[in-house]
Amino acid sequence: MQHPAFEEVTIHHHTDDATFKKKVKNTTILLSVITVVELIIGLTIYNIHKGEAPNELLVLMFKGMVCILTLAKAYYIVSVFMHLGDEIRNVIMTIVVPLLLFIWFITAFIWDGNSYKNLRNKYDAHYKETSVTPAKH
Amino acid sequence: MATTATVQQTKWWTGGKSPFNMEYGKLMMWYFLMSDAFTFGAFLISYGSIRFSQNFWPDPSVVFNAFPGAGHANLPLAFVSVMTFILIISSVTMVLAVHAGHNNDKQGVVKWLFWTIVGGAAFLGCQAWEWHHLITGEHAVLVNGQLDIVGQTTRINPWGRLAAQADIATAIQNTPREMLIRLAEMGGHEHAGTAHTNFASLPNAELIKAIDVEGLHIRENGPVAFGGYFFGITGFHGFHVFSGVIINIIMLLMTQKDVFARRGHYLMIEKAGLYWHFVDLVWVFVFLCFYLI
Repeated sequence: MQHPAFEEVTIHHHTDDATFKKKVKNTTILLSVITVVELIIGLTIYNIHKGEAPNELLVLMFKGMVCILTLAKAYYIVSVFMHLGDEIRNVIMTIVVPLLLFIWFITAFIWDGNSYKNLRNKYDAHYKETSVTPAKH
Repeated sequence: MATTATVQQTKWWTGGKSPFNMEYGKLMMWYFLMSDAFTFGAFLISYGSIRFSQNFWPDPSVVFNAFPGAGHANLPLAFVSVMTFILIISSVTMVLAVHAGHNNDKQGVVKWLFWTIVGGAAFLGCQAWEWHHLITGEHAVLVNGQLDIVGQTTRINPWGRLAAQADIATAIQNTPREMLIRLAEMGGHEHAGTAHTNFASLPNAELIKAIDVEGLHIRENGPVAFGGYFFGITGFHGFHVFSGVIINIIMLLMTQKDVFARRGHYLMIEKAGLYWHFVDLVWVFVFLCFYLI
């Protein structure tokens, strides 16, 4: 089917109203549910921190879960709301493949920050003493 | 299966059609958004890098626990979840506007664009309130061996470690009298009987005793970078929301003037929609980095 305005656009996506409404409704519910779950995890982390001896590993796991849920949200926004999922493979690839650079970007810079902290703590005892969180009393 | 086969057999690169099956403007909007994702990504990753380089970082539930009209109630995550839902809903109304455009339904486009603009404006209002609350907030803080009252700016913020009682006892002796009076007035509401005491008339020793050190939850000043990153990144995002609202208003006016109806298609709404969804997408990550983890 020719696109009404651009004859070089050869395949025109058109979803009927009922299918479209259902898809948008489901995605909205999904995004809301994920957000609510994220908030519940956020409050759980808050309550763990309030406790006497916070379990750092547990907090880290919850934070990891929130990160994964956020990626799921991003996927649904891009794929359904922005219709990238409906485009042809070539388009998807030219946009998604460059974004893979983020894998290195995030890993390298977080690693670097962490390494800076470890070196500083190792060689600057005064800094470590005055910045590490003391036990709550 | 039949339809998939047709798509695969299409010779995209033989000329006469768009190999990406997309008009120029929309493709370029996608590439702009990809580059913008790297800009925001760089900001957030830089924030992460600095955060990992510090032994202490402010707890978001301590920083963001206020709600308009709720006074000093401790409500972590409450206000930001309102902001998040506002953006999600405005993203949904934008999807509906784009869909109405596909159906050449002018009234539908006008209606849903209008609600998208309302959502964007509501979000900006929330952000303005939050910034104002953080900047003008009054928090007792131990800085440079003295007590001070500060809000969160790009130069100082009151979100450091909880100060040790011994340090507070020393610092309070070095604190100027004017500040002691303000601290006593701040902590005053905890003591019902002394609420109307004229602290300015008390001698220094009495004044120090009148200060409710426990109730003030005195902290050290937090990492300076926290304020800069928060205002920088949420500000850059807020600027995107603002420009998105302006673009949507222009789209609304053009729709009402029948510009798209005469053109025969509403593809501009689709491009504005892509930008708007991107703004929502970025907020998802800002929400994650600043408020959740």
